[in-house]
Amino acid sequence: MVEVKINRTVDARGSFCPGPLMELIRAVKEAQVGEVIEVLSSDQGSKRDIPLWVSKAGHILLNVNDNGGYTSFIVRKAK
Amino acid sequence: MNNLITKDMSEKMSIIVFSGTVDKLYPVGILASGAVAMGMDVDIFITFWGLNAFRKDQVTKNTKISKDFEEMSGAMMQMMQAKNVPSWYDILKRAKEVGNVKIHACSMTMDLMGMTKEHLADVVDDVVGVGSFIDLAKDSKITLFI
Repeated sequence: MVEVKINRTVDARGSFCPGPLMELIRAVKEAQVGEVIEVLSSDQGSKRDIPLWVSKAGHILLNVNDNGGYTSFIVRKAK
Repeated sequence: MNNLITKDMSEKMSIIVFSGTVDKLYPVGILASGAVAMGMDVDIFITFWGLNAFRKDQVTKNTKISKDFEEMSGAMMQMMQAKNVPSWYDILKRAKEVGNVKIHACSMTMDLMGMTKEHLADVVDDVVGVGSFIDLAKDSKITLFI
């Protein structure tokens, strides 16, 4: 995988659905176009909800990594 | 062409909140969050016990749960506190920050209970009659009564 510079990491581990998704949305709202946000989530629903939101909202999901117990999602704000 | 115009308009979810117990207020916050996450607008009509739950002095200290599950109330509250679950009210406030969520108080209940908007928590946007709410809700893709 090509290394990307992560501008901000949101640690939402321990937060229940829809907490991690909502925190990601807030972080993306606050970010500049082109910036990269990582969100960490231990909520099982995030695995489907976060990729769905990213594609609906028109951003780019750069990477999803299952770390056992939590998942990291790396998202680039596209617009 | 028509289709394109329709697609550009935000879809809407409407919720009528009649219940005032915590176990039913959680889904209001969570479903509103899901809707704004998916780009929908949300209109919430609070009435009767639902409106009572939005009183300034009630939003944070209400611990009532449905009669059916009354015996589990203490255990549920403890479990949620242990796992740092935010309150239903905080979840709803967060949904409002993220998207277009409007909360309308039922004018009939307000009159009946002798309340004015000052009695209600800040998240409440306005006081409307049922007719206005139905007018707002009539084009919703999702309608819920909780």
